[in-house]
Amino acid sequence: MVLKVFFPSCCATAESGLLIGRWIPEQNSAVVLAVVHFPFIPGQVKQYLSEVQRVTQVNMCVLGSWSNSKQEKEEVLDKFLEDLSTIFSHEPWIQLSKEGDSKFWSCCIFQKYPSSPKEHEFILVYYDQRKVMLSQLHPTDSLTTSADHKGNDASELGAVFDTVAKSKVLFMTDRYDDGPIKLTHWQSEGVEASIIVELMKQASVPVCVLLTFLLSLVSSVCKSRVLKFWPLSFIWSKLSTCEQLGHRLEHLQIISSNRKAQNQTQLMRKANIFVSLLIDVALGILLMSWLYRENRIGQLADTLIPVADHIAKELQDLLQWLMGVPAGLKMNRALDQVLGRFFLYHIHLWISYIHLMSPFIEMILWYVGLSACLGLTVALSILSDIIALLTFHIYCFYVYGARLYCLKIYGLSSLWRLFRGKKWNVLRQRVDSCSYDLDQLFIGTLLFTILLFLLPTTALYYLVFTLLRLLVVVVQGLIHLLVDLIDSLPLYSVILRLCRSYRLAASVKFRVLEQKPGKPLRLLMQINPLSYGSVVQTYRLTSYACYPKDSWSSLCKKLFVGELIYPWKHKEEKQD
Amino acid sequence: MEEGMYRAVSGGRIALQRRQYSASCREFSVRCPRLQLRSLSAATCSVWLAAYGLFVLSQNSMVLSAAIFITLIGLIVYLHFVKIDQESLLVIGSLGIQMTSSYASGKENTTFIEMSQVKDVVINEAIYMQKVIYYLCILLQDPREPHGVSEVVPLFQKVKYFDHKARDQRITTTVCN
Repeated sequence: MVLKVFFPSCCATAESGLLIGRWIPEQNSAVVLAVVHFPFIPGQVKQYLSEVQRVTQVNMCVLGSWSNSKQEKEEVLDKFLEDLSTIFSHEPWIQLSKEGDSKFWSCCIFQKYPSSPKEHEFILVYYDQRKVMLSQLHPTDSLTTSADHKGNDASELGAVFDTVAKSKVLFMTDRYDDGPIKLTHWQSEGVEASIIVELMKQASVPVCVLLTFLLSLVSSVCKSRVLKFWPLSFIWSKLSTCEQLGHRLEHLQIISSNRKAQNQTQLMRKANIFVSLLIDVALGILLMSWLYRENRIGQLADTLIPVADHIAKELQDLLQWLMGVPAGLKMNRALDQVLGRFFLYHIHLWISYIHLMSPFIEMILWYVGLSACLGLTVALSILSDIIALLTFHIYCFYVYGARLYCLKIYGLSSLWRLFRGKKWNVLRQRVDSCSYDLDQLFIGTLLFTILLFLLPTTALYYLVFTLLRLLVVVVQGLIHLLVDLIDSLPLYSVILRLCRSYRLAASVKFRVLEQKPGKPLRLLMQINPLSYGSVVQTYRLTSYACYPKDSWSSLCKKLFVGELIYPWKHKEEKQD
Repeated sequence: MEEGMYRAVSGGRIALQRRQYSASCREFSVRCPRLQLRSLSAATCSVWLAAYGLFVLSQNSMVLSAAIFITLIGLIVYLHFVKIDQESLLVIGSLGIQMTSSYASGKENTTFIEMSQVKDVVINEAIYMQKVIYYLCILLQDPREPHGVSEVVPLFQKVKYFDHKARDQRITTTVCN
């Protein structure tokens, strides 16, 4: 039978005493948490253990004895340690002994009722107590639900990590305390604490209260009925800036809530949101300081109108080209002129509107640029909205072209069915044959011919404006992707993985230490950290990403038929 | 400690080392041949000859510095991510099985599988080009469902250790006991 003893490396130089920890009978392993030194009163030790057990919910008990003799083996001490096994009855009673400075310890077991007559084999596993206590094990998905250590099928390593992590109370007493029990563990030289962290913890409570109050004010203003009337609510839903501001408000609410984080996942989530907000605001302020220096806002406003004019002029040239002989294709003259003139008039209206706005542009930009202090993501969303507003006429043209083309395609398909003597049965949702009258057939065929020969003209306009619209959509999509990256990247987890990699453990690794025949097997247990990819995947924040909701084939089909496409539709919140 | 020389699937020579630390702990390591100086010099010379040829054609000295950069970066990437020095399998009875691959630059990748997840160690057959090769793999089970196989993990992937069935059988019997 193999017996495993997990021994903390900090206790290897401790004086002789009793071993306390947890015995896991299903896996035949003992997790040693601390060493109790002489002199002690057994009654007080038992009382202390039951208190700690009550607080930590860990089944702690005296596991055995530890003897560290600087000189040769002392017979008296051995007898004394054996007698202790009768006082603290624990089955099996482990006796570890170390002689002088020897690396090789001897381990034997004392059982009142030996269950099996076979020789026991011992495996001694050294572990770094502080790192194991602070680390969080991330098992692979098959064992994710084995968080309860009561079940027999819980992973062994999970039980070890769990035991050490829950015994924080045990590690709070150090050797300078005047209590009846003298312990050795990783903190027995003195409890570690940082005054800055303590001060921040004290200060964070009133700050959180203040922040919650302010946020509740802001959210009540946002939810007020005034802003919910139809034109305003429509505008709010279309502007990506409002969505981004809403997300940031939610994040702030999560951080400033008074409830402490229940488990590690929630704590990491809060920390990630906090760091993400911080970096966002820092980058935004950097951007602001760059923008407001050397009158860049003025320069930007000065170039905005000429750029808008330039786009309009290019569109006009494009339409003139389409009205002529585009790419050698011969258009239907009359339809061409009608469509071309219609779109040209639109552009004329748009240009006049821009020129009307031009004196106010600089002031608007100046105030809008101030909002970059709320974060780089907000600034990028505003940029995306400005692009959308500036290219609004392209969107209008696309809608007109698409609707016209769509009508034409539907008309053609219906008349084609008439041509072949069939009809669409709306009741049965299928194509049925139908006998038409002669005059119906005549007019149908006439209309079909007209529509067919006008198709190339409409199709060309539709193609040109769809391409332009797709270009704008791609640019907006890239900006949104960048915003989403900043929003959802778990920076705190990545930095933690970089600096304190033992906190995020994927598994452990064992190293075989020097062996001596006859002595127990010595292993060193080290923490194997998670890879960066898994860190990002596990701790990703909710992404409000607008991924294309259509696959490529359905997109192509929609384009062919002439349906309006909105590839970057904001989908509902993705749950982690 | 015992050592033996075998051949890999690709034909190169590899060495298998077996160590027994205690009754329930054994280690099997497979070592690949080291990076040869002549292949390294051949690769470097060919890259630099090509760069010099380009330089003569284009008279742009950036080509030469780019070639040096590429050689250095390529060598570092090769040593750190591609060239395996040794792959070892450490079997600790009642704790688990640990697989380590160490690269030529010193990097070590470790995977540890607990004993409760290991169902069995088997020899699997695979058809590779025109021959049938045998490879060791571990069958994993979900501890809550001991009757199903949740995953098959092949061992010694990078080194592609292969030879007669007998040697694999010896490892399998050792591991299972």
